[in-house]
Amino acid sequence: MSQVTITINGKPETREVEDRTLLVQFIREHVGLTGTHVGCDTTQCGACTVHLDGVAVKSCTVLAVAADGAAVTTIEGLAEGGTLHPVQQAFHEHHGLQCGYCTPGMIMASVDMIRRHDGVLDEATVRHELEGNICRCTGYHNIVKAVLDAAEKHRAAHAAAAE
Amino acid sequence: MYATTYHRPKTIAEAVALYEGSEDASYLSGGHTLIPALKNRLAAPQHLIDVRAIPELSGIAVTADRVVIGAATRHAAVAACEDVKAAIPALCGLAGSIGDVQVRHMGTIGGSTANNDPAADYPSAVLSLDAVVHTDRRVLAADDFFQGLYTTALAPGEILVRIEFRIPEIAGYAKFRNPASRYSMAAAFVSRHRDGKVRVAITGAGNGGVFRWSEAEERLADDLTPAALDGLALDPSLMMGDMHAPADYRAHLVAVMSRRAVENLGRTYIL
Repeated sequence: MSQVTITINGKPETREVEDRTLLVQFIREHVGLTGTHVGCDTTQCGACTVHLDGVAVKSCTVLAVAADGAAVTTIEGLAEGGTLHPVQQAFHEHHGLQCGYCTPGMIMASVDMIRRHDGVLDEATVRHELEGNICRCTGYHNIVKAVLDAAEKHRAAHAAAAE
Repeated sequence: MYATTYHRPKTIAEAVALYEGSEDASYLSGGHTLIPALKNRLAAPQHLIDVRAIPELSGIAVTADRVVIGAATRHAAVAACEDVKAAIPALCGLAGSIGDVQVRHMGTIGGSTANNDPAADYPSAVLSLDAVVHTDRRVLAADDFFQGLYTTALAPGEILVRIEFRIPEIAGYAKFRNPASRYSMAAAFVSRHRDGKVRVAITGAGNGGVFRWSEAEERLADDLTPAALDGLALDPSLMMGDMHAPADYRAHLVAVMSRRAVENLGRTYIL
C-alpha cells in the first residue's frame, strides 16, 4: 500500500491504495469520478483517456502510484460551471456521439490534439490522430466534424485574443 | 494484476541495489508493454522499479555525428524533436508512427529497445543506424545487442541508460502495419552511412526478431535504388507466420517495404 496524492481537476486527492491500482481505478473507484470510462482495458480503445501533466494518456495503463504528485484532468474538469468546454459544445452541436461510451475519451483526446496543433487541423490529421480512440457505434464522421469545428473556433478565439 | 511493490529510485545505483536486493523484480519505464502484461497476469514481479525519475535516462543530445537519446525518453519527444528531425528525419518518423498519440506520450525508447518485441519499431532503427547501447555497466554494439525474440544482451538487473545513433548520410523507414493492432507486419529501416556502408534492418517479420538483411545491403551498397533489389527474395522459413500473415506473405512484404524505404530515403513511409 502507498499513500498517493494526485491533483484531479485542480483538487488534491490523497488515498491509501495498493501499488497495483491503475490510474483509472484511482479516478473512478477511489475518487468517484466515473466520467472516465473503461472500454477495452488493453490500451487500445482510448475510452479511459485523461490528461496527465497536460498530455493525453490511457489511464488504464498507468499505475496510480506512478502518478503520485502529478496533475490529472478528466472529462469532469473541462466545463466551467454550467458552460460546456468548446469541444464538448462542438460534440453536442454536431451530434458527435451515439451511445456516448467512447465520448469522454474522444473529447479528452481531441482537446489534447487541438492544443498540440494550435487548432490548425485538417480532416486527415484528425482521423489519423484519433487512431487511439475507438467508437464501436462507428460514429466517426460526426466526431471528426465536431473536432474540426472546435479547432476552427479555438484558432479564431486565439487570433482574436492576439489582436 | 497480482499485488506488487512499486519503487521510484532517483539514481542508477539505487535502482540496481533494489533489483539485486529482491528475488523477483522488474524495471518499469513507460509501462505500455509491461502493464498490459501484468494485467493479463503474464508477468507478476514482486517489485516494480520505475526508472523514469533517474536523470541520466532523460534527454536528447545531437552532435555533429551522433544522436544520443536517454532511455526514458518518450516516443512523442523523439518524434517532435527538431534537432533529431534535422539529423535523422526517418528516426522521428519512426517514433511518430508507434502505437497512437496516447501511447507515444508514455512509451519510451529504452523500454521498446530492451523488450525487443519482434514487431516493435525501434530495434530496426538501432540496428540499421549502427547504434551503440550504453548500459549502467558497459557499452554494446547494436549487432551484439539483439539476440532473438524478446531477448537482448542485457543481463538481469542491467539498465539501458541511453542509445547513441550514428547520423547516416541518409536513411528511410517503411512499414506495413497490421490494420487492427498497428504493430508492424513487415518494416525496413535502410541507412547509408558516411563510410558508404548500407545497413538494412527488418522488423515485424523475422522469426528471430529484428535482423539485418545482408543480401539487400550488398546490392544497395553498389546501387542505392529500389531496382537494385529486383528479384531478391527472402527465405519464408525464416519468417514468422500467424493468423495475420503467413510466412511467404511476410517474406514478400519485407522485399516490398525494403524497396519503399529506398524510394523514401530521408523520410518515413507508413502503410
